[in-house]
Amino acid sequence: MMSASQSQPTDAGGWQRGGAQAVRRRLVERSVSLLCAMATAVVLFLLFSILWTLVTRGAGGLSLPTFLHSTAAPGTGGGLANAIIGSCEQTGLAALIGTPVGMMAGIYLSEFSQDGRIVSLVRFVSDMLLSVPSILVGLFIYLIIVEPAGHFSGMAGTLALAVLFIPIVVRTTEDMLRLVPRAMREAAYALGAPGWRVILNVCLRSARGGIMTGILLALARISGETAPLLFTSLGNLNWSTNLNAPMASLPVTIYQYAGSAYDDWVQMAWTGALLITVAVLATNILARWWLTRNGSAQQ
Amino acid sequence: MMELPSTITARDGVAMDTNARGRFGDLVFGMLARLAGWFILLVMVGIVIVLVRGGWQAFSAFGPGFITSTAWNPISNHFGAATSIFGTLVTTLIALVFAVPLAFGVAFWLVEMASPALARFIETAVQLLAAVPSIIFGMWGFFIVVPFMAHYIEPVVTHYLGHVPGIGQLFRGAPYGTGLLSGGLILAIMITPFICSVMTDVFVSIPAVLKESAFGLGATRWEVMRQVVLPWSRQAVMGGIMLGTGRALGETMAVTFVIGNSNRMGWSLFAPGNTIASLIALEFPESSAGSLKLSALLALGAILMIISFITLACSRIFLQRGTSS
Repeated sequence: MMSASQSQPTDAGGWQRGGAQAVRRRLVERSVSLLCAMATAVVLFLLFSILWTLVTRGAGGLSLPTFLHSTAAPGTGGGLANAIIGSCEQTGLAALIGTPVGMMAGIYLSEFSQDGRIVSLVRFVSDMLLSVPSILVGLFIYLIIVEPAGHFSGMAGTLALAVLFIPIVVRTTEDMLRLVPRAMREAAYALGAPGWRVILNVCLRSARGGIMTGILLALARISGETAPLLFTSLGNLNWSTNLNAPMASLPVTIYQYAGSAYDDWVQMAWTGALLITVAVLATNILARWWLTRNGSAQQ
Repeated sequence: MMELPSTITARDGVAMDTNARGRFGDLVFGMLARLAGWFILLVMVGIVIVLVRGGWQAFSAFGPGFITSTAWNPISNHFGAATSIFGTLVTTLIALVFAVPLAFGVAFWLVEMASPALARFIETAVQLLAAVPSIIFGMWGFFIVVPFMAHYIEPVVTHYLGHVPGIGQLFRGAPYGTGLLSGGLILAIMITPFICSVMTDVFVSIPAVLKESAFGLGATRWEVMRQVVLPWSRQAVMGGIMLGTGRALGETMAVTFVIGNSNRMGWSLFAPGNTIASLIALEFPESSAGSLKLSALLALGAILMIISFITLACSRIFLQRGTSS
């Protein structure tokens, strides 16, 4: 009785209810699709808005003196030469320090699993370090290097960038080594090669495309970092390549110039922002192109 | 691939010789690898110890009241963390409110609706957005978003929502353009690509048979997403959101440009505020070594570290569980 009375209305209006439900389902499906397409459009629009702003406002300052002159007082026509060289020097050195350390640590994570718990601990900590706020790394280097030394230095900036660089390389090295087929290692071991030769000559060699990509991406990431450099290399108005003295860098110069009240400094900030974004995005595209080319070559 | 084994035999020569040299090489190599691994542990432990020790002066001077005090007065040497912790949490929350639906929409569209060629293009665009340095977001936010907010968004929002009881007070106040809302919006744009790429990876990795059987029963794409894909990937999606949260909590340069930098705490989202990271970036150059102010900033750094470590640890656990199941 109960079930009959319950099923009665559904039976009576069965096709109608189904029809209404089908319409509702189609409507929900359509509106979700529309919303998703809109979300994608919004993200694309934001990216293009940023790039468009950088190009329209920054291109005006792209001239030879910008690359040849050091930063100068407002109104005297300075350039960005010291900031560019400072950025290159600190980023490059950080990569030189970070690459071997990061690769060795990546090898440790992927090849030394016999160490047990400590390997998973190192992996966990390295992943945390990957997303630790970069300003904290700046504070850390300030406290252990700048404060004891009594002055800001390019070396401190380099080390802060290296700390940010290492975990990215660790992650990609480990991931890429894991992709090396077991059979390749076994073949090398069977030929009597010692473990370290297997890792260096066989595993690393076949994973080098992926690791190179990781290094390029890490390079792109640290070259735009500002917060850790504020407390370590500080910035320098003059041309300086001395690692033991404060050193200018593009991001810090942009930060100082963008907030200033002088039109030509703001113009320089936009030009610097354009330069650094083009460099970072080009490195990213290059790295990804490299990975896809390498990936398809392996298959 | 084929040439590798022959290279090794050619270089190593006799097997006997290989053994002795090999064992020594293994010893040195193993030691170097372990050193590198331990170095990472050392850096992390170092960051924790150094920050806590640096902030100890402030912690001991103000006690637990440091966290609840809203004071920030360099002249009378009274410092508290409440305002900047409040600003950090509010901006992060705003960022999540906008970024999660946006990232979900893009990921859903990429995985289920886009043609492969278009999907590759959008995916590259999303990754490029993730690669844009934070200072660029700051400048763009300061020169483009802030005026836009001040002229178009904030007056309109105040007009329509300012008198709604309850939530009205969130949207009142002078439309400066800078403030918590602008900071949160910039953060949302910055973390959307991170959340989106985790979501895309997770949605792609779901076994095809699960989706196919749902489609076979006549489910629409949205129904498959809501009733099959999302329940299956819930934990990994949470992990991705936590990862984005971690980014938002510690972001410095972009926020410093747009948040207005004022040590105030109130209901209005339009009012200028500060976050832990922006306060450190602004005040650090003006504090002398060994001063109580510097110690207070380092204590703030230690608090930020604890908040973001908890978030990141949660993210790791969610992601590991989500991808292993």
